[in-house]
Amino acid sequence: MTPLTPTSSDRAGPAATVDLAPLRRAARPRALEFAFWLLPVAAWFLFPENLALLTQIAITAIFALSLDLVLGYAGIVTLGHAAFFGVGAYAAGMLSAKLGIGDPLLGLVFAAAVSALAGAITSPFVLRGTGLTRLMVTIGIGMMLFEAANKANDFTGGVDGLQGIEMTPLLGLWSFDLWGKTAYVYAVAVLFVVFLVARHVVGSPFGLSLRAIHMNAARMPALGVSVDARLTAAWIAAAAIAGIAGALLTQTTQFVSIDVLGFGRSAEILLILILGGAGRLYGALVGAIVFVTLHHLLADVDPEYWQLWIGLVLIGIVLFARNGLMGVVDPFERLLARKETKR
Amino acid sequence: MTPPVLETRDLVKTFGGFTATDGVSLSIAKGARHALIGPNGAGKTTLVNLLTGFLTPTSGSVLLDGADVTGLAQHKRVARGLARTFQINRLFADLTVLESVALAVAEQMGVGRRFWRPIGRHGEVLDAAARLVEDLHLADVAHRRTRDLAYGKQRLIEIALALAARPRVLLLDEPAAGVPTSESRELFAALAALPADMTILLIEHDMDLVFRFADRISVLVSGAVLLEDTPEVVAGHPLVREVYLGEAHHV
Amino acid sequence: MTVVFDGIASGMLLFLIAVGLSVTLGLMNFVNLAHGAFAMFGGYVCVVASGRWGIPFLPAVVLAALATAALGALLERLLFRRLYGASQLDQVLFSIGLVFVAMAIARWGFGPAQQPIRLPAWLQGQVHLGGLDIGVYRAFLVGLGLAVAYGLHRAIGVTRFGARLRASVDKPDVARGMGIDVDRVFVVTFALGSGLAGLGGAVGVELLGLDPSFPLRYLVYFLIVVAVGGSGSIPGSLIAAILIGVCDVAGKYWMPQIGAFIIYTVMVVMLIVRPHGLLGRK
Repeated sequence: MTPLTPTSSDRAGPAATVDLAPLRRAARPRALEFAFWLLPVAAWFLFPENLALLTQIAITAIFALSLDLVLGYAGIVTLGHAAFFGVGAYAAGMLSAKLGIGDPLLGLVFAAAVSALAGAITSPFVLRGTGLTRLMVTIGIGMMLFEAANKANDFTGGVDGLQGIEMTPLLGLWSFDLWGKTAYVYAVAVLFVVFLVARHVVGSPFGLSLRAIHMNAARMPALGVSVDARLTAAWIAAAAIAGIAGALLTQTTQFVSIDVLGFGRSAEILLILILGGAGRLYGALVGAIVFVTLHHLLADVDPEYWQLWIGLVLIGIVLFARNGLMGVVDPFERLLARKETKR
Repeated sequence: MTPPVLETRDLVKTFGGFTATDGVSLSIAKGARHALIGPNGAGKTTLVNLLTGFLTPTSGSVLLDGADVTGLAQHKRVARGLARTFQINRLFADLTVLESVALAVAEQMGVGRRFWRPIGRHGEVLDAAARLVEDLHLADVAHRRTRDLAYGKQRLIEIALALAARPRVLLLDEPAAGVPTSESRELFAALAALPADMTILLIEHDMDLVFRFADRISVLVSGAVLLEDTPEVVAGHPLVREVYLGEAHHV
Repeated sequence: MTVVFDGIASGMLLFLIAVGLSVTLGLMNFVNLAHGAFAMFGGYVCVVASGRWGIPFLPAVVLAALATAALGALLERLLFRRLYGASQLDQVLFSIGLVFVAMAIARWGFGPAQQPIRLPAWLQGQVHLGGLDIGVYRAFLVGLGLAVAYGLHRAIGVTRFGARLRASVDKPDVARGMGIDVDRVFVVTFALGSGLAGLGGAVGVELLGLDPSFPLRYLVYFLIVVAVGGSGSIPGSLIAAILIGVCDVAGKYWMPQIGAFIIYTVMVVMLIVRPHGLLGRK
């Protein structure tokens, strides 16, 4: 064995025997990704009657991406993520209904800011505990917000929902039409931007540190990392993205139902992410597409069976397919990676 | 004589009624190869945990370069040049070797909070990480996931992560624990080649390795320092033979 | 004062249902969000036994507890035990899935309507005690709650089974080495927790109602009891349940405009002040 060079890490120049290409390559978009993003374009032409549903898918995908950041990457199990979706939804709604500001992009920014603020306020409470305590705090915060919105009737419209929301044309050019064309393009564009941001974040040193915290938080301080500071940042970013999703729902439906804050929505988005595959961005997207589509097809037929199937699928995923739908591509990806290293 | 790099003064840690660390005063000079030995349950790991800030002492203080760091959080001590390895591997199971080391290097370089440029385009991080991986003879497994590697290799990652912090003081908590004898010699050859100005505090059970590596040995018994001296004196000390070596030779 | 007594009574009911969760979640470390589904099962057994089969109320309650315990044991053998070592997230997902299935089955079998329960005459009406109007059934719940609390506290804190259980959870390998049948301890404990849920669900029909949405509607309340009381602490659960019962009833009575908000606030504040619960062990 050759001895370690005394000033090893100060040695200049690249290492001779370690191939850095795989890490460098990971940042580049792959051909399959370009194909994936042709889907929303194709959907526009294939399902012109279903643009409202497609818009729902895009909004749900943004919400799922947000949860993926905290749960899939940073590993914070939350059953109260609807809190930030709801805050964003109400923020965008009130901006129009109470202040008369109907510009959609302004509403989006405003909602993101308010949700980020909500994330900043809640993060110390959520991060303080671990395990069951943390889970309960996320549930508790979600329920508190729900009850607050429920009781603050004058302000939120309570169970009747918030009405009187009107949107001015997007960028002053495209008004929101009856067929939902503008809404669809708008939602998909926002989804694409959010996805690009998320893709950068998870591939960055910061994103790597989140994954590492997920795997072994106890090691991180010994690497010089303040775990709480990183998780706080991830929590706030995810809150802002969830707020954007909520605001989009408000703007495209011009209504806020109190359900945006419901426990059911928190549980559902968790389910969607797990279904698609947590800890990978496309898992969030695929989960949203599959879930919303199936819900649309099956729930109208028979809501009872819908619930039964959802339950069985959840149990099945936990017992047999822990990586979700995207787990199906794992073997292929590994094969591909092996080929590339051989080359 | 230069002031000690790492120093403790009357360090005490009690858990309920149990005293795990009992008035320990250590003084470790720059560039020292200091070993800490003692029977199981003597409080060696507790002491390391107090030094790194994982635990807060009941009383007494810890000084790094003469500055009191007793109340400083773990990650801030790392930033001041105090790194450690763990007795039981604490690694990132699903990260590759290169990713794990790149993570640690990124933190040392202060770019760990950057959230836009991909890690693969942080050339300075990758180069430093690759060099570390190479120096610890992990190049052939650089792209393998940690969980798929043999324990001996994982021990090397454990050390690489600590070295990535560019420590001036390195605490090694039983680096050879669980490693087969053949591999542990390699491991200590690697440790022996560390820069001479790096101060090292080593906890180890294998007496052969300790006596070859250390220039100074402290013997810890029941949380208190029984004796501190050169390896020759320690090896010949009757109390040490009785308390520790006699027991260790049977193993 | 009547409000306070009603609060205590509803707290006792909450305790009766949630203490089973304190056993499975607190002692066995299984995040079982399906606990309410077991309580619902007990409720339906009780309703069917007393309503359709004409079995008197008390035997029907006992039957409900036993049947739920048997169901718990069966599901433990088939499903739950496979997830003992799994992550908290997996346990959460799995048990939520179970809740959905249970709700779908309940709606399929009994329809979405509330199920009626007929209490025997001796449990109806009110008594006057020291100037208080006290519902007989509520007094019955308080008595039952205290009896269960005492019995469990003895059983888990003092008996050999309790010691075996703690050993099995903390150090399963060591426990096996000591000759403890860990699998058996777990199945018995899980059956106990489920049985208690069934018991609570059966006696709770009168106050909480019973319909297919039961498991989700009260889930958070059960979790609050365990989280606030401290995982695995029977006295902690009792105190937490009564605290929550009184806060809930009093809050709805005196400050209806705030309503359930107060419960969640109490919980979050409690968890921030004492992350391990009132009487939790670290």
